[in-house]
Amino acid sequence: MAIIAIDKEKIARIKPPVIKTGVIGWLKENLFNGVINSLLTIIIFLFMVKFVPPFIKWAFVDSVWFSTSQVCKECEGACWSAITKNFRFMIFGIYPYELHWRPFVSMLSLFTLLYFTYYRKYWSKTLLYAWLAGLVAMAVLMKGGIFGLTPVPTEMWGGLPLTLLLSIFGLTAAYPLGVILALGRDSKLPGIRYMCVTYIELIRGVPLISLLFMASIIFPLFLPEGVTINKILRAQAAIIFFTAAYIAEVVRGGLQGMNKGQYEAADALGLNYYQTMRLIILPQALKIVIPPTVSVLVSAFKDTSLVVIISLYDLLFAAKTVIQKPQWNGFSTEVYIFVAILYFLGCFSMSNFSRKLEEELDTDKRS
Amino acid sequence: MTQSNNPASDVSNNDVIITIKDLNKWFGDFHVLKDINLEVRKQEKIVICGPSGSGKSTLIRCINRLEEHQMGQIIVDGVELSNNLKNIEKIRTEVGMVFQHFNLFPHLTILENLTLGPVWVRKTPKKEAEETAMFYLEKVKIAEQAKKYPGQLSGGQQQRVAIARSLCMKPKVMLFDEPTSALDPEMVKEVLDVMIQLSDEGMTMIVVSHEMGFAKTVAQRVMLMDDGMILEENNPVDFFENPQHERTQFFLSQILH
Repeated sequence: MAIIAIDKEKIARIKPPVIKTGVIGWLKENLFNGVINSLLTIIIFLFMVKFVPPFIKWAFVDSVWFSTSQVCKECEGACWSAITKNFRFMIFGIYPYELHWRPFVSMLSLFTLLYFTYYRKYWSKTLLYAWLAGLVAMAVLMKGGIFGLTPVPTEMWGGLPLTLLLSIFGLTAAYPLGVILALGRDSKLPGIRYMCVTYIELIRGVPLISLLFMASIIFPLFLPEGVTINKILRAQAAIIFFTAAYIAEVVRGGLQGMNKGQYEAADALGLNYYQTMRLIILPQALKIVIPPTVSVLVSAFKDTSLVVIISLYDLLFAAKTVIQKPQWNGFSTEVYIFVAILYFLGCFSMSNFSRKLEEELDTDKRS
Repeated sequence: MTQSNNPASDVSNNDVIITIKDLNKWFGDFHVLKDINLEVRKQEKIVICGPSGSGKSTLIRCINRLEEHQMGQIIVDGVELSNNLKNIEKIRTEVGMVFQHFNLFPHLTILENLTLGPVWVRKTPKKEAEETAMFYLEKVKIAEQAKKYPGQLSGGQQQRVAIARSLCMKPKVMLFDEPTSALDPEMVKEVLDVMIQLSDEGMTMIVVSHEMGFAKTVAQRVMLMDDGMILEENNPVDFFENPQHERTQFFLSQILH
């Protein structure tokens, strides 16, 4: 046995190998590393050559942006005028034209609140109160009837504000309800457990459309005469109940992924059930299931467009109405692209937010 | 069974803090604890060893009701363990537990791990709880890590934090469930040192462990469990050097290779 000689100078001298890649090297590494990848690269390249330039020509070169429909009909490219000329109708639906500033201000404050909520450093009690105050202010602005604001019946609400209203309330109410259902489904008390299981399975067993129909047509039949519940409210409730069932199953997955040792450590400290759940289990379980939760929320956001079938005039419906006008008939591609972009922005911000949240909540990384 | 009469014993008063009488427990049909009788006096240190599946972990987990026993009595500090939730909560605040896999809360910082119990269970003001927490972190020599998360610490450090977390509740008894078995060999000593220090300060300890050196240093009684029964109990010197039961002799020959 002997001590092994170590060349400390050499160890200090050597550096990690630098990967040298020029353009050719990069191409070879990333696009042509193997027969199948080379083939895919060529196919995609040909595909892009064939379709991208015509699309750019159609969308940007030959397109018209602020013309009348007459000019559109004669032009080769995209007729974005269908959107610019009908912009306010598409966004605000049949909300009275001269009162459009009210939903506009509402949405503006909503986006402001969402912006601050996006950054965790702003999360505080103040922000919570700002949300509460903001929501009340938005409701007052939309509905009117006080402070000298002309009342606008909810039947006339529509377009983007309606979509946002159904989504924001739907998602924020469905999430806690889903968590409670998930906890209930894992409860030791059989009564609570079976109630939650029945609820989840029943709701998940029917399509959202049928729930919306039930909310809008069947449910009012059971109300005593003279009592009516606002249609938006009923649709809202249907969306909440539907989404909550899916959230519940996602959260249950997170609960099952929890290490038994966490429960035991909490028990050993003498924490009771609520403290254990609130302080130990849920913060970890909910973090694990951020990706699938966001999937559920994103699809719930898009599903709000189904309210069309019970004649609520959301964003998609407003867009359809534009296409049905004789002078804009035939420009559905442009209009749908616009609507798709709006939906995409909504969904993309949600997944972006979730990715950021995941990173920030990651306590495993070494600093 | 031989009666403990270890001359080195520092047990000055004979007050019994834990009484276990005719304890029986089954997992389904499997009889895991068979008629266990055990009395633990204040400030006493007991080490339990035995092969895996012998019921030693289950036994100490019954003492703070992580496992429910089906027959017999467990009385901790005058409170009997039953289905009475109040009693369970009371006993859990008096009995600290250290686990094989530490079970720290990974989403909380070290300091938050330590203050959680005092603040929520004992209703200690946050500032006071933090002072206590820092005191115990100093004690386990890890105060500089207070703001880190468990995932950033080594196994030995995590286990020392886990011990400090239990101590913050000011328990009367500490249970250790194989506290060093999940550690890299290099880190075993730092944890045992903390436990020895704790023992010197007069803590009542029940330790499930195969660390012979530790048992010899601190224990008044060492026990061997097998097949759900306590087969032999003796002072550490006699237990290791002159085991009576053939099961003990076999067990020791297996671990002291």
